[in-house]
Amino acid sequence: MRRVPWLAGRESQMPNGGRRYIDSAMKIFRSLMNRHMSSRFGVILLVMGLLFIPSIAAAKKLNIVTATTDMAALTEEVGGDHVSVESMAKGYQDPHFVEAKPSFLLKLRQADLLIVVGLQLEIGWLPPLITQSGNPRIQVGATGYLDPSQFAEILEIPQGNLTRAEGDVHPLGNPHYWLDPDNGRRIARGIAAKLGDMDPADAQFFQQRFQDFDKRLSAAELKWDAEMKPYRGRKVVTYHRSFPNFAKHFGLDVIGYVEPRPGIPPTPSHTLDLIQQMKRENCHVVLVEPYFDLKTPQSIGRETNSQVVVYLPSVGGEKQVTNYFELFDYDIGLLLKAFSATQ
Amino acid sequence: MKNVVLVLTLLSASVWAQPSPQNSAVPTSDQPDNAALMQKIRDLEDRVIALEGQLRTMKSQSAPPPTAAPAPEAPVAGQPGQQPPAASQTQQQVAEMPPAPAYTSSQPVSLGGAGGSAAKALNPDISAIGDFIGVAGHNPVQPSRSLEMHESEIGMQAIIDPYARGDFFFSFGEEGVEVEEGYITLTALPAGFVMKVGKMRSAFGKVNGMHNHVLPWVDRPLVMNNLVGGEDGIDDAGVSVQRILPAPKGIFLEATGQLFRGDSGTTQSPLFVSSNKSDVAAVAHLRSYKDLSESTNLDLGLSYARGHNDQGSDFLTQLYGIDATLRWKPLRRSIYHSFVGRGEFVWSQRQQFPMEQKAFGFYTSGDYQMGRRWFLGGRFDRSSRSEFANLNDQGVSALLTYWPSEFSQVRGQYRFMHYAGNIDTHEFLMQFIFSLGAHGAHPF
Repeated sequence: MRRVPWLAGRESQMPNGGRRYIDSAMKIFRSLMNRHMSSRFGVILLVMGLLFIPSIAAAKKLNIVTATTDMAALTEEVGGDHVSVESMAKGYQDPHFVEAKPSFLLKLRQADLLIVVGLQLEIGWLPPLITQSGNPRIQVGATGYLDPSQFAEILEIPQGNLTRAEGDVHPLGNPHYWLDPDNGRRIARGIAAKLGDMDPADAQFFQQRFQDFDKRLSAAELKWDAEMKPYRGRKVVTYHRSFPNFAKHFGLDVIGYVEPRPGIPPTPSHTLDLIQQMKRENCHVVLVEPYFDLKTPQSIGRETNSQVVVYLPSVGGEKQVTNYFELFDYDIGLLLKAFSATQ
Repeated sequence: MKNVVLVLTLLSASVWAQPSPQNSAVPTSDQPDNAALMQKIRDLEDRVIALEGQLRTMKSQSAPPPTAAPAPEAPVAGQPGQQPPAASQTQQQVAEMPPAPAYTSSQPVSLGGAGGSAAKALNPDISAIGDFIGVAGHNPVQPSRSLEMHESEIGMQAIIDPYARGDFFFSFGEEGVEVEEGYITLTALPAGFVMKVGKMRSAFGKVNGMHNHVLPWVDRPLVMNNLVGGEDGIDDAGVSVQRILPAPKGIFLEATGQLFRGDSGTTQSPLFVSSNKSDVAAVAHLRSYKDLSESTNLDLGLSYARGHNDQGSDFLTQLYGIDATLRWKPLRRSIYHSFVGRGEFVWSQRQQFPMEQKAFGFYTSGDYQMGRRWFLGGRFDRSSRSEFANLNDQGVSALLTYWPSEFSQVRGQYRFMHYAGNIDTHEFLMQFIFSLGAHGAHPF
């Protein structure tokens, strides 16, 4: 029996029912060799049937695709092994500027649920992917589209006149809201409710996993709050405006940004002003995301005798940061070292 | 008597003294209450945040969000078990909350017009993109104006309903207005099909489908002008159906089939002309894409187009195309460095009187991002002409583009062309592109 090449990978993924289906389909295919009308009709049926094979072998797991690794991490906490989760952006990538590669389309086609970050973080790359996926479940407003920003506390919602003179502004608020353990709890609660809606039989399981996550998060929060308590009120400078939620929770004071405006690269005049401000206000820590160039922050560090800390805004930014808890452990570890070194 | 006074004094002293031990006793008996109070405050905070989130969702979405109902239940379900009375109380309160209507705004502001301010929330995303071109140098074959507001493109894009989205792009040139693209995309068809109906740039090759402001050059490649209908290219009214095909793991395979009325190209170089209803044009495109690594990917395509040309209904023009795009963008430094290499090869078979013309043309180009805002590019063109396949033109261009931000670009291009008939031209082209409003992202 001649092997049909494009089935080669699929047979191993299918349960026995699928294998029997393939065998009978192969019989029909072979009968094409006889060139009878009925066998041609059988071939047409075969082709149509093969187009739907993935749905026959549909697994019980919910297929979830998220825009960033942080939403993926929280979904994994709540979903456990009843969901399969994949993130489009990598943890060390700038989530504003992800290339909308067709390989993402392959993932989106199979998705039952798409979890974005929202607040226009992905507006530069995600909408055409959603349109081209041809997947009615995950279109904006459909049941398989979840925007968890509705559950979280959003800061820096602009008031008054808003124009692009302010740079690459986010008109609905700051989208880097996941970097606050309280928001992590709220997002996870919302995701657990959504998963329960999509799979009512498993709703109890998702709620139990959320309770467990909640317990662990509260315990970890106590530890983190205790560790950061001595440094409440400390001043920091960040590269981009991606720190407000973390700063609010742990009581840090972000006094300025290396970017003169969001999305605008550092300018000499702004950098000078920032250095003066840091000296005046006795600020000695500069936080930079891993996807920005370190030249300007390092020169600021030299001028103001500051520590330049490459912190991680997202899970997966470094190989050893694989979940939401490790993200805070890593970042708080870096901050504690920087704060204790710069009194 | 003195003893009585002493006892009374001692008694009153102990009475006065009692409050202080009682004060320390009060907190210990109240400590559980304080914790309960803090928990209640946290729960109320969570509810306020959830309500703010719902308000934001209702303001931004066109349809009443389906998650509005579960969300109020969610904070209740997630509450820790140590407060059952409080939980049921808040549950009751949440249940008593009337379902908020979908169309409300937080401020009673009237923005004019017949509809209330909420109707404005459903307006499409409107954008305007300006494309200003200046050209210095003499070119008798492809003359250009010295300074020209070449195109102002107005885009209106919105989701129509849960099953479709609409996109309009009106191109205002200095001569007149044209609907460059206006189509509905049906996103919820079964079996993974995506269908577009309207006027659209066809999916022949890569460059044909790109709007002017998306091109990495000021002009279109020579092969597009000579063989594929000039600046407009194949841009026609019709139906397009596209589907991702099953393919080995890691390979993305997409097929597009399009049927058009059969009128394409500019008035100077018409590509397809439909003389009666049956003179439709068809375009087919097969796209394959593979991630070679995390930072590099390769996109290969095969295209075919067929239509009737200006010689009459009996005269067909057929186009065959191969396109290749190689992209490199290191993820950790994606805003600072990238490279895109492109190439397209087009064969044209044009039936005409007296003899069928078989022409061939191609371009190859590279664009390297040197820094956050600077792009360096080059392109080589070579193409014969569709009506005179023995006449060959070729040229080479060097480009430098500066991006103050994602919303504006300045470009300079030096273009040398060697046209058939030994005509050599040297030109310098300059372009400003600026965009206003919410222009959606273009397909990759």
